[in-house]
Amino acid sequence: MDNLNKKDYQKYAERKIPKPTYFKNIILAFIVGGLICVVGQIIRNTLFKYGLDEKAVAAGTSIILVFLGAFLTGIGVYDKIGKIGGAGAAVPITGFANSIVSPAMEFKREGFIFGVAAKMFSIAGPVLVYGVGSSIIVGILKLLLTKGR
Amino acid sequence: MAIKRIGTRTVKLENPPSILSTYTIVGPKEGEGPLREYFDEILEDDLWGQESWEKSESKIQEETIKSAIANAGLATKDIDYLLSGDLLNQIITSGYTARQISVPFFGLYGACSTMSQSLSLGSMLIDGGFADKVVCATSSHFSTAERQYRFPLEYGNQRSFSAQWTVTGAGATVLSSSGNGPYITYVTTGKIIDPGIKDVNNMGAAMAPAAMDTLINHFKDTGFSPSDYDLIITGDLGIVGKNIVLELMAKEGYDLKGIYTDCGVEIFNNIEQDTHSGGSGCGCAATVFNGYIYKEMLKGTLNRVLLMATGALHSPVITQQGESIPGIAHAVTIDVNKG
Repeated sequence: MDNLNKKDYQKYAERKIPKPTYFKNIILAFIVGGLICVVGQIIRNTLFKYGLDEKAVAAGTSIILVFLGAFLTGIGVYDKIGKIGGAGAAVPITGFANSIVSPAMEFKREGFIFGVAAKMFSIAGPVLVYGVGSSIIVGILKLLLTKGR
Repeated sequence: MAIKRIGTRTVKLENPPSILSTYTIVGPKEGEGPLREYFDEILEDDLWGQESWEKSESKIQEETIKSAIANAGLATKDIDYLLSGDLLNQIITSGYTARQISVPFFGLYGACSTMSQSLSLGSMLIDGGFADKVVCATSSHFSTAERQYRFPLEYGNQRSFSAQWTVTGAGATVLSSSGNGPYITYVTTGKIIDPGIKDVNNMGAAMAPAAMDTLINHFKDTGFSPSDYDLIITGDLGIVGKNIVLELMAKEGYDLKGIYTDCGVEIFNNIEQDTHSGGSGCGCAATVFNGYIYKEMLKGTLNRVLLMATGALHSPVITQQGESIPGIAHAVTIDVNKG
C-alpha cells in the first residue's frame, strides 16, 4: 500500500459511497418544513383572533414555536423529526431551538457554567455570528445606498 | 537478537499464549442485532444506573474485565498486567476502570484497533516471559463517542450513508502462558496508512488501505494464503470499507470471497437497525471477537482466524484543521492449535 495513489484512491472511494437519496430528502424536507409552517400559521391566526396587533403576533408566534421546538427536543422527539425532515426541520425557528437546547441538555452533567452555558451555542453560535454579522453589513449597505433619499 | 521476528512486520510467538476466558457486555441496540446470542450480558439501559455516559462506559468496561477474570477462575491478584484502551480523550474510560481494578496497567490508544493492539502486546508480554496472565480489554459507547466526535444526541441531523454507528459495549480477553487454547500464534503490527480521506463520515474508506497493507504483509511474512484461514475479519470498516478491501485485494491477487468479513458489518442488521454502513468503535471488534469468534472457535466451527481491528487515529480538532484521517490495522492469528 506504500505505492497507493492517493488521488486515484480518493476518487475510487468516492464512488463506493452510497448516493444520498436527494429526491426523497427534498420531498420530505418540503413536507416536514411545510407542516411546521402550517403550525406557525395556525398559531398566528389564533393570536390575531385574540386581538393582538401585527408586531405582537409576530413575536408571539416566534415565542410559541421556539417553545415547541425546545419542548419536543426535551422529550426526545425533535431529533426524530430532524432525521426525517432534514433541512425542513432544521431551517424553521423550531430547528434553531433544537440546536440550542440539544447541546444544553447534552452537557448538563458538566455543570451549569462550563457545561450548559458554555456549550449551548456550540451549534447555533455560527448561525448567530454570521446571521447577525451579515444583517449589520446589509444594514450599513442600505443606509449608504438610500442616503439622502 | 529478535529471534521471534519473521519477515518485516510479524512476530511468530514461540510459546503461544492461550485464551483462558473472555467476556462481553453490550448495549440494548447491539443486543437486538444478529449476534445477540453470543454476548454474555445485554444491558436494558445503556446508562446502567450511572450519572453520565462516561461513567456508564467505565462501569461496562470494569464489569467486563472482572467477569472475564472470574470466568477464568482467577482473582485480580493473579493478573500481571491489564492492557486496555478506549476512544475518549485521555482514555478516561480505561484509566477510571483501572482505578477500580488494582492491577498493573498499561493504557493503550489505538482508536478502534485497540482490541488487536492489546492482544498483540499482551501476547508478546507472555511469550517474552514477562507475564503469565494478562487481561486485554477495550470498550466504546455510542453516547460518549457521539458527544466527543459528532453532535448532541437530541440534535435533529441526518447521518450520511457511509457513516457508522458506534457500538456500545466492551470485551475482555484473559491470556495465559498455559492453557488449552485457542492460542495467539502470530502478531502482525500495522503501519499508519493515510490515503488522504478527509470525510469523517467515511471512516471505512479511510481505514481500508491500512487493513490491506497489514493483510498483505501478514501473508508475505508468514507464507499463509487466504485459504489457510477459516475467517479473516477486520474491525470496523463497515459495508463501504469491506467492499473496498474485497475489490482491491482481488486486484492484488488475493481472493478473499467467502472467508472475509468485517465486525462492523456483522454486529448490526444495517437495514432493520438503521446503522447505515455498520458498527464502529473499539467495542465493535472487542465484542465480536470475544463473543462470536471465541465461542465459535470453542465449538470447533472456526479453527484459525485472523482478527484485524482497524483504527482511525484522528480527532475533531485535527480534522477541523483540514488534516486527513490516518488509518491503522493490527493483525493477530488465533488458532485452536499451537501453530
